[in-house]
Amino acid sequence: MISHVHIEDLSIRRGERLLFEHLSFAVAPGEAVALTGRNGAGKTSLLRAIAGLLRPAAGTVRFEGVAEADEARSRDLHLLGHLDGLKGGRTAREELAFAAGWCGADSAGLARAAEALDLGRLLDLEVRKLSAGQRRRLSLARLVAAPRTLWLLDEPLAPLDSIWRERVGALIAGHLAGGGMLLAAVHDPLPAPHRTVEVGG
Amino acid sequence: MSPLVVLLRRELALAWGRGGGPLPALAFYAGVTTLLPLAIGPEPERLAVIAPGIAWLCLALASLLSLERLFERDHEDGALDLLALGGPSLEAICAIKALAQWLATGLPLAFAAPVAALMLGAPVGLAPVVFACALVGGLAFAFVGGLGAALALGSRRGGLLIAVIVLPLFAPPVIFGGGALSQAAMGAGQISGLLLLCGWALTAVALSPLAMAAACRNALD
Repeated sequence: MISHVHIEDLSIRRGERLLFEHLSFAVAPGEAVALTGRNGAGKTSLLRAIAGLLRPAAGTVRFEGVAEADEARSRDLHLLGHLDGLKGGRTAREELAFAAGWCGADSAGLARAAEALDLGRLLDLEVRKLSAGQRRRLSLARLVAAPRTLWLLDEPLAPLDSIWRERVGALIAGHLAGGGMLLAAVHDPLPAPHRTVEVGG
Repeated sequence: MSPLVVLLRRELALAWGRGGGPLPALAFYAGVTTLLPLAIGPEPERLAVIAPGIAWLCLALASLLSLERLFERDHEDGALDLLALGGPSLEAICAIKALAQWLATGLPLAFAAPVAALMLGAPVGLAPVVFACALVGGLAFAFVGGLGAALALGSRRGGLLIAVIVLPLFAPPVIFGGGALSQAAMGAGQISGLLLLCGWALTAVALSPLAMAAACRNALD
C-alpha cells in the first residue's frame, strides 16, 4: 500500500513551454490536497506525472511503502481525468463492469458502487444517453468498486449538481477516513477537509 | 476472471459494436474479388492461374481496413489511461488488442479466402493451402497492422499513415504466402513458403507488442 506520496522538485514541460518548476510537497495518509491554479497551469499534467503517464522534465515522484513505483501505480492508484474513457455505444452496466473489473473489483464492489452513486436506474442505458453529471457518477463508481489508496481526480465535481457534490464530498471524506489520499485539480472548493497547493503560481 | 480475458471480451464486443465486426472487411473482400474478373477478362484458364494469388493479396489489403480505430478510439476518449493503469503490462494489453483484431476480422477473412479462390476458378486442391496462408498470414497482418495503428496514434489522417507504415512490412508475408501457393499449385509437396510465413507471423507476434507498447507510452506522454 502507498503510505505517503512525495513530489520532489518536480518540473514539467510540454513542448517548448515550461508549465511549472521546483514543485515540492507531500501527501500523508488521510490527507486531501486541492491543486489550484489558472487554466493551463499544469494541474492535469501534474496528476498524469504522478500516475506515471507523463515524464517530468526534472524531479521525482516517490511513493513510500511500496517496493516499486510502477507496481504501486497499477495496483493502488486511481486516475480520473476529464476524459472519462466511457464508450457511448455500450451500456453503463458493461462499462462499469469493465472499468471496475480492470481495476480488480469483484461483484460485491460493483454492487457497493452502484448503491453509493445511485446508478440502479442508469445501468441499462447506453452511455451516450446519460447526462454529463450521470456520466461522471458512472466514472466515479470505479473508485468505490475497487478500493485503492491514492485518488488522482481532475475536476471531479465540475458536471455534478449541488446534491451530488455533497454526496461525492461524503465519499471523499469516507475515503480519507479510511487512510486514503486524494489529489484533485479543482476550481470549485473541495467539499471535504483539505489543504491547497497552488500550481504554476 | 483474469483482467486480460476481461479485456479480450471487451475488445471483441467493441469490434462488433463499432462497425459490424468483420462485415466491412468481408464486404470489401467480396467486392474486390468479384470485380477483378470483370477487369481482367472472363477466360477461365487465365483466372484459374491467378485466382489463389488474387485471393491472397486482396486479403492482405482487406485486413488494413479496420485498423485505424484499434488504438485511436481508446486514446481519444481517455480509456487508454485506464488501461495503462491496470495490472497487466502495456505490452500484454497491446498483444490482446491485436489478437482481438485477428479474431474479429482476420479469422472471418480466412474462411472467406478459399471461397473467393474457388469462385475465381482455383483448383479445389488449393483451397486448404489458401486457408492456411490466410489464417497464419492474418495473424501477421493483425500484429504488424496493430504496430502501424499504435505508431499513428494522435496524428491526423491516421489511416493514411498506417498504410504507409504497414505496407512495406506486409511485403514479406505476401511474398512468402505467394510462394507457398505456387509451390502448392505445382504439387511438389514443398511447404517451405508456408513455413516462412509461419516464421514471419511468429516474429510479428513476439516483437510487435513491444513496439506497440512503446508507441502507446509515447502517445500518452
